[in-house]
Amino acid sequence: MGLVDWAKGAFHKTGSPRWFFLGSRRWMVGLYAAGIALIVVGSTIGLGFVPPERFQGDSFRILFVHVPAVHLAQAIYVAVAVAGLVYLVWRMKMADMVIEAAAPVGMAVTAAGLATGVVWGMPTWGTGWVWDARIISTLVLLLLFFGLLALRQAIPRPDRAAMAVSLLAVVGVVNLPIIKYSVEWFTTLHQPASLTLGERPTIAPVFLVPLALNALGYYCLAAGIVIAALRMKIIERESGTSWVADWLAGHEDRVGG
Amino acid sequence: MRAFAALFQRDLLVALRRPTDAANPLVFFVLAVLLLGVGAASAEKGLGGSAAGAVWVLALFANLLAVEGVFRRDVEDGTLEQLLIHARPRFAAVLGKLAANWSCAGLPVLVLSPLAVYVLGHSTAGAGMVMLTLLLGTPTLTLLGAIGAALTAGTGRGGLLLAVLVMPFYLPVLIFGAGASTAAGAGGDAAFELLVLGALLTGSITAAPFAVGKALAISQEY
Repeated sequence: MGLVDWAKGAFHKTGSPRWFFLGSRRWMVGLYAAGIALIVVGSTIGLGFVPPERFQGDSFRILFVHVPAVHLAQAIYVAVAVAGLVYLVWRMKMADMVIEAAAPVGMAVTAAGLATGVVWGMPTWGTGWVWDARIISTLVLLLLFFGLLALRQAIPRPDRAAMAVSLLAVVGVVNLPIIKYSVEWFTTLHQPASLTLGERPTIAPVFLVPLALNALGYYCLAAGIVIAALRMKIIERESGTSWVADWLAGHEDRVGG
Repeated sequence: MRAFAALFQRDLLVALRRPTDAANPLVFFVLAVLLLGVGAASAEKGLGGSAAGAVWVLALFANLLAVEGVFRRDVEDGTLEQLLIHARPRFAAVLGKLAANWSCAGLPVLVLSPLAVYVLGHSTAGAGMVMLTLLLGTPTLTLLGAIGAALTAGTGRGGLLLAVLVMPFYLPVLIFGAGASTAAGAGGDAAFELLVLGALLTGSITAAPFAVGKALAISQEY
C-alpha cells in the first residue's frame, strides 16, 4: 500500500505546475551536468581511444553521435505520445506542456540523426540517401514532430489546441511501427539489396562502452533541456497566479526586474 | 443506417449542385498527369515502369485535395454544429459524408487511372492492378485524411498543414498500393499487398469514423 500511495502522491504532485516548478531546478541542473559529463567522456573515448573499425576506418566514429540521436528521437516521440494520452484521459495541464516542451527538442534530435546519417552514408554506402525502412520512418518522425508544432500554432484557443495535439500524438505513435514494418516488407519483397546496406555488423564491446555513455548522456541532456523548457512554459502559462508573482518577487535580481 | 444514407444523399446532392467544386480533384489529377507527361516522361517510353507508381502518387494528392474541403462549407454555414447535435450515431453520419466525398473524388480518379497509366507508361501493364489497389486504398486515404481535416476544421488553415499532418498516415497505403501496381506491371505477384491494403481499409473503416467524430467535437467544442 505504501508504494501505491507514494506513486499516487508523486503523480498528483508532478501534475501540479507549481510543485514541479519549485522542485525541478535541482533536477534540471543535475541532468545538465550529468549529460554534459557523459557526452564529454563518451565522445573522448569514442573519438580518441577506440581503434578504427575494420571496414569503415575512422568514418564509423559518427556512430557515437548518430545512434544516440536516432534512439533519443524515438524515445522522445513515445514520451510525447504518453503525455498526449495522459492529457486526453486526465486533462492534466502539465502533460500538454510536456508535449509543447519536448516536441521542438525531438524535432532537433531527429534532424540531427538524419543529417549525421547522410554524412555517414556518403563514404560508407557511396550514397547519402537510400529509401529504406529506417530512413523513411525517421523522416516520418520528423514530419510528425513538425505536425505537432504546426497544429498547435494553427489553433488559437490553447485548450482546443492541446486536445488536438494530444490526439495527433497518440494517433501518430500507432503509425510509426506500421510505417516501419510496411517499408521493411516492401523492401524485402522488391529490393532486398537496400536492406543489406542498412545492416550494421554486430557491434564489438570496445565500441559499446562509449556508445552507451553517449546514449545515456544524450538522454540526460535532453531531459534537462525539456525540463528547462517546461519551466519556461509553466511561468508563461501560470503568469496570472499568485505563486508565480511570489516567486518572481523573490528572484527580481535574476529576471532583471 | 438512416444517418449514413441521409448524409450520403445530401452531400452527393450538394456536390451535384456545385459540379465545378466537386470536379476539382479530378481536374487536378488530369492536369498533373499532363504536366508529368510533358515534364518527366521521355517521348518513346514515357515513364516506363514508374508510371503506375506515379499515378498512385497523383491519385493520393487528388484525394488529399478532396478531403481537405470535406467539412469546410459545413463549418462555415453552421451545418456541422447541427450535425454534431442531431446526427446519431455520429460515426454513421461521418461515414456517409466520407462515402459521398470519395464518390466525387476517389471514384472518378479510379475510373480514369488506367488511361493515365497508359498515357504515362505507353503500356497497360499493371493498369488493372492500379484500379484494384486504388479501389482498396483511396477509401482508406479518405478516412485517414478526414481525421486531419476534422482536426483543422474551423482553423481556417487547411492546405499545407493538413498535408503535413496526414502524410505520415498516407505512407503505408502508398507503399503497398504503388508496390502492388509496380509488381503487377513487371509481371509479379501482388496478393500480399492486396491483403494488407484490405486490412488497412477494414481497420480504418472501423476506427477512423470515431476518431473523426472526436476530432470534430474538439474543433467545435462539443
